[in-house]
Order: sequence, then structure tokens, then C-alpha cells
Amino acid sequence: MTQTLCLATSATRTSRLGAALRRAERPNRLRAFALALPALVFLIVTFAAPIGLFLTSAVRNSEVRAVLPQTVAALDGWDGRATPGEDVFTALVADLSRAKEDNTAAALGKRLNYESAGMRSRIMSVVRHLGKFSQEPLAPQFAALDPVWASPDLWAIIKRNASPVTPYYLLTSIDLGQDAAGSVRQVEESQAVFLDILGRTLWIAGLVTVATLALGFPTAYVISLAPSRTASFLLLLVLLPLWTSLLVRTTAWVVLLQTDGVINQALLALGLTTEKLQLILTRFGTVTAMTHIQLPFTILPILSVMKAIPEGQMRAARSLGAPPLFAFWRVYAPQTLPGVAAGCLMTFILSLGYYITPALVGGPRDQMMSNFIATYINRDLNWGMAAALACLLLVMTLSIYLVFLRLVGADRIKLG
Amino acid sequence: MNTITLERWRLDEASPTIPAVETMVAFERVQKTYDGRSLVVEDLNLTVRRGEFLTMLGPSGSGKTTTLMMLGGFEQPTSGHILLEGKAVERLPPERRDIGFVFQNYALFPHMTVAENVGFPLRYRGIRGAEAKRRTEDALQLVKLAGLGERRPAQLSGGQQQRVALARAMVFNPKLILMDEPLGALDKQLREHMQVEIRRIQQRLGITMVYVTHDQSEALTMSDRIAVFHEGRIQQLSDPVTLYDQPENRFVAGFIGDNNTLSCEFAGTENGLGVVRMADGTLLFTTGHSGQARSNLTVSLRPERLILEGPGSRSAENRIPARVLDRTFLGDRVRLTLEAFGSERLVASVPATEGAAMLPGNRIGMACFAADCLTLAR
Repeated sequence: MTQTLCLATSATRTSRLGAALRRAERPNRLRAFALALPALVFLIVTFAAPIGLFLTSAVRNSEVRAVLPQTVAALDGWDGRATPGEDVFTALVADLSRAKEDNTAAALGKRLNYESAGMRSRIMSVVRHLGKFSQEPLAPQFAALDPVWASPDLWAIIKRNASPVTPYYLLTSIDLGQDAAGSVRQVEESQAVFLDILGRTLWIAGLVTVATLALGFPTAYVISLAPSRTASFLLLLVLLPLWTSLLVRTTAWVVLLQTDGVINQALLALGLTTEKLQLILTRFGTVTAMTHIQLPFTILPILSVMKAIPEGQMRAARSLGAPPLFAFWRVYAPQTLPGVAAGCLMTFILSLGYYITPALVGGPRDQMMSNFIATYINRDLNWGMAAALACLLLVMTLSIYLVFLRLVGADRIKLG
Repeated sequence: MNTITLERWRLDEASPTIPAVETMVAFERVQKTYDGRSLVVEDLNLTVRRGEFLTMLGPSGSGKTTTLMMLGGFEQPTSGHILLEGKAVERLPPERRDIGFVFQNYALFPHMTVAENVGFPLRYRGIRGAEAKRRTEDALQLVKLAGLGERRPAQLSGGQQQRVALARAMVFNPKLILMDEPLGALDKQLREHMQVEIRRIQQRLGITMVYVTHDQSEALTMSDRIAVFHEGRIQQLSDPVTLYDQPENRFVAGFIGDNNTLSCEFAGTENGLGVVRMADGTLLFTTGHSGQARSNLTVSLRPERLILEGPGSRSAENRIPARVLDRTFLGDRVRLTLEAFGSERLVASVPATEGAAMLPGNRIGMACFAADCLTLAR
């Protein structure tokens, strides 16, 4: 009995102590939060919210609902097997008459055209014909404009897109589509471009990562061993490109790589080649320029890890009998792993998003995901597709980040 | 090294093996400069005997660590030779010298377990599998870390890491083991414990050890012989007792233990003892002066050899009147700061029972034996 009481008292005391601690720390927490608040608000208002909003256009599907409200309602009772009834055609004519006044028919046509080629012209021809429809029946008159109006498939597409969200853009971004019945299938080979672009983006980013590692690791090693004065000079050389605008550096590569550029002239003058090489607008040129730009991002994390490895490590390994290369490989290199992983991750993820450099230095087959996003936004005004590709890139980046985190995290634990 | 019976161990404790005087390492006129202008090591001649514990002691920048690094193969002598078992090794890379090295910060490999660390040198000597495992376990047992083989170095305390470094340097039975201030990072209690431990292992296995430290009490505790380095030269090379009682010059007298070093001039000899004149004209009987120098001499007098006048001081040759400036209670002893010979400062360490009554401002009589007053010319 006494014991129980005692335990209860102690439990009460513990919880009271915890509450007191929380109360005592609250002002500090609030102050810290208040200090971070301006930056937080700024980020949410100018960055997170617009991007989040933009990404929702990957699934947004407002056109059919907004432009064809009566048609959608009329299609509600349609069984989907045969040409819909006269009420649907009447509703469509009414909707399109309103759309003509509101100038929204073109947007609808464009949207439906994504689903089925030719829809845009079909809609527009109906709009042009609006005043000329005689009373009843409308279906044959539509069929006369285009026999496809009699097909249940066309109406199925309209009905399906009455939903406020659509998987269309996201499916397309991974080369999938829906048939008339709504089941998911692979698109025709001629249409399947996005997985190829994704693969190319990953491949180029991978090449750049490997190249920066191959060049950056020895550089970082040299800098980490150099006397401090030399080291800071070398570090300056590494950082120098970062202080120049990305566009300027890319343009410099255009100057160097172009057919009549410095490199070709030099090779010819030295007699190393007999004709001018195609360097600009190639994969080689793109990877070279990107490697140059990314090099500091790979070097810096590796260098910071290398600097933290005590000098004694290599000495100890050698005193214990390991020849220099073995000592390096077995003792030094494993300890640089967190830096190597961090540097590679940084370069890989940044490379995935490259836009301006492939656009200027690469050929049409070297364009990466970002270029297509830009094209959809700027030229095609297809924000849904742009958002879907952006989502794909984002998911790709996040999952690679998580995989790296797990690998490096596990290594960290192992590295003690 | 794996099976040493308890009896044998006791035997070792009781009568430490007296090493046959056999040269393990010899430095012959070794010089080292880093910048081509100043010598870090000037004309070093030093032999290390097989089985001995030799300490290179000196302040930082005295050349002791450079000497150790040259022996380990991490620095090359600018001139001169280093002989290991009679063979010149200046050109031999560290991995082919067969020398165990314990570094200042242990240099354990953080990405390997304790057992992998200790087994590391075995793999480069063709020892693998069960034999490697057995030797690793033996080495860990020797440093009292049996059962911790699967831990990471970061999971061990500083003292345990130190033991791993020691096991790793010993596991391949090297010709000798070098240690570069291995206990510097440990707290006082652990350091003293490890001093005893390292000495125990060294004596038990009869390994030759060369040890670098700037801590004179550590050197006195552990060593068979101590080489005192200062400004690139060995100031004195002798066993700890000789080093403490008979320093050969002012630097050694001041560096090893607490000491009073007082300047004086030669005044003559009497009854086979030297007589020197202190700053205020007081004459002091001393020993140890053998050179020709007459002026600019130094008397070295240990604080504990300066005694209070009383029954114990009757036969002491020297009487020193002094005034107490300060008194520090140290538990078993009292440390007195005194003014004597005019305005010279002296430190005396007297038993607490005798020193308790001494108060600052008291005038007291001190005494010392001529044998404890050492005249130094350098």
C-alpha cells in the first residue's frame, strides 16, 4: 500500500517535472519560431505555395466540366454502348453556343485533342456550324460533319473527363494512356517519348556525376594535403567558377566547342585532327560543360571530409605494414565515403534539373527533362503536362535522395 | 606471447630481466633540417639497447618527435645513418621496417572494428584465418580488452582506445615499438594507470620500446633510460635516478622535477668539497664541479633536500637563513617559498608536520648537505 502510494507520488512528480520543463522552455521555443517566421512566410508565399499550386495542374481537369455542364449532365444517364440520345446532342449544342460567346471552345478543343487527335477540329467545326443546325434530329447532322460523332468512344472520352481530376498527364509522362474503356495501357511506340527522356536525363546526370568524381576526388586529395597557403589558393581556383554566372560559363563552352571554336582551331593547328570535329550540339559537349559547372559541388563535400581525416591514419596503416596504395584503399578511401556520397548526390540531383546548358550546348537528342517542361509551359501552353513532368522529376529526385540517404546513413553508422 | 604462466610473470615482476647489452637501434651523426637553414636535430648519436624502455624527453620543438619519426620511417634524415639491428634503414619505407607505432591520437581506423584494427597488420604479413584470429584475441587479452573485438573504436573510452592502439602495434611481434606521447589525451588518473600497464607489458614481453613524452614524471616512472632533448641535442642520457640526482647541466636540472637553480661563483675547495660564493657573498659547500669555469656557475638544489634546521640537520655542511614568503599546504608536505642569499627565491618542500608552524614573514633556519648542492658549469 505504502509502496503503491510512493510509486504514484513519483509518477506524479515526474509528470509535473516534465510539465514544468515544457513551461520553462516555451518562451525559448516561441522566440526561435518568431525569428524563423519571416523566412518561413516568405518561402511559403513565394515558393512552396505557387509550386504546390502549379503541381496540382498535373491532375486538374476543369475544361470539360466548365464548358460542357449540360452535356455532362445529359451523359449521366448514357450507358456508353451506343451513340447517345438526342438530349445529349441538344445539350452539347447549347453548351457550345455558350462557349462560343465566352471564347472557351478553343480551350476545350485543345484539352480533348490531348485525349484523341482530331477532337479540336471536330469541336471547332461544330462551333462554326452552330447557327446552321436544323431542329431535330441532331445526331445525323453531327455525323455528317464528322462520322466520329456517332462513335461511343468519343462520348466516353467526354464523359470520363467530366471528372475534376484526371490521371491523363501523369500517365502520359510515363508513356501510359487510357483507352476508350478507361483501362490503362502503354501508348504506341511513336508516342512513347517520356520514359526515353527520363532515361536520358538520368544517364546524363550519371555520366556527369562519374566524371566529376573522377576529376574531383584526386583534386580534393591534393588540396587536403597541400600546405595551407597553397590549399587556399587551390580552393580559390575551385570556387572561382561558382562566382561566375551559369549562363556566362555555358556561353564560354559554346565559344570553345563550336565548329570554328578554339578547340577545333587548336586541334587543327597542332595537326592532331585533319578536319573539324562536331563538338557543339553533341552529348559529349553537354557532359563536358556540365562536368565543368558541377565540379565544385562534388569537390567541396569530399574535401571537407578529407580534411577531417587525421594525417596519422595513413602513417598508422603504413607503420602496420600496408604499402602506400593498400593503405590508401583500405584505410583512407573508406573514410572519404560520406563526402563522396554527399558530393555525388549533390551533383546528380543538380544535374537532373539542368536546363540552360543542354539547351545551348546539346543537340536535340541531348535535351533533358527540364527542357521539355519549359517547352510545355512556354510554347505549348500545356501546363498539365509540364506539371506532370515536373512531378516525375521531383519524385525521381526525392527517391534518389532517399536511397542515398539510406546508403550513406547506413555507412555513417558503420563508419562509427 | 600467448601463454605466459603466472609463475613466469611473477618471476618477471620480482627480477626484471636485465637486458644483455645488445644494440637494437643506432643513430649515427644524424642531422635533420626542414627548411635548409636551422637544424631540428643536430648531430644525434644514440643507441637503443635490445629490450630496454628508452624515453626521449624534452619540451616541444626539442627534436624528440622528429627523431622518432625518422626511426619510424616517416621522415628522412638530412645526413647520417640510422641502423636497425646493424642495417642502415634510412631508405626503407615504414611498412618494411617492422616497427610498431603508437600515435599520439591512437590513429585507430574508425571504419573497422577493434578486432579488424588489431588484425590489420597481420594481413600484410600473410597471417590469415584462425591464426590471425588467435593472435588478435591474444593481443586483446594482453591489453585486457578480451571480448570487445566487435566494438567500433568510437564506442570505447579513451583509455580503451589507447589499449587497442597498443595491441595493434604489438600483435605482429615487431622488432621494436615506438610511442609518440601516447597518454597525452588521457586524464591524470588514467594516465598513471596506463603508465604502469605499458611498463608491465613491455617488461613481460621484453619488447624494446622507444617512448616520446614531454612529461618528466612519466619518463621517470616508466623508463630504463631517458634521453633528454633540448634544441636538437641530447642533453643527458642516463637512467632516471642518475638523471634526477646528478643532472649534467642547467637545462636538465631545471627540466627534471622541481628544482632551485641559483647562480654563483667558484670560491675554492675545502676537504674535497667545492665552495661557491652566492649572490650575497654567502659561501656554500657543494659537489660536482669538475670544470675549469670559475664564474657564471649554477647551484642545483632540490626542494626536498632543503631541510629545516633541527636534529636531522646537525651533520649538514650548509646553514641557510631564510625568510618565509609563502606557504602552500599539499597534504603530506608543505611547500615553502623562501627568500635567502639576499633576494634569491628558493622553494623548499618539508614534511607537513614540520612545516605547519611556518607562517609568511617568519625568519627560519634551513640547512642542506654539500652532496645535495650540485654545481653545474653549463
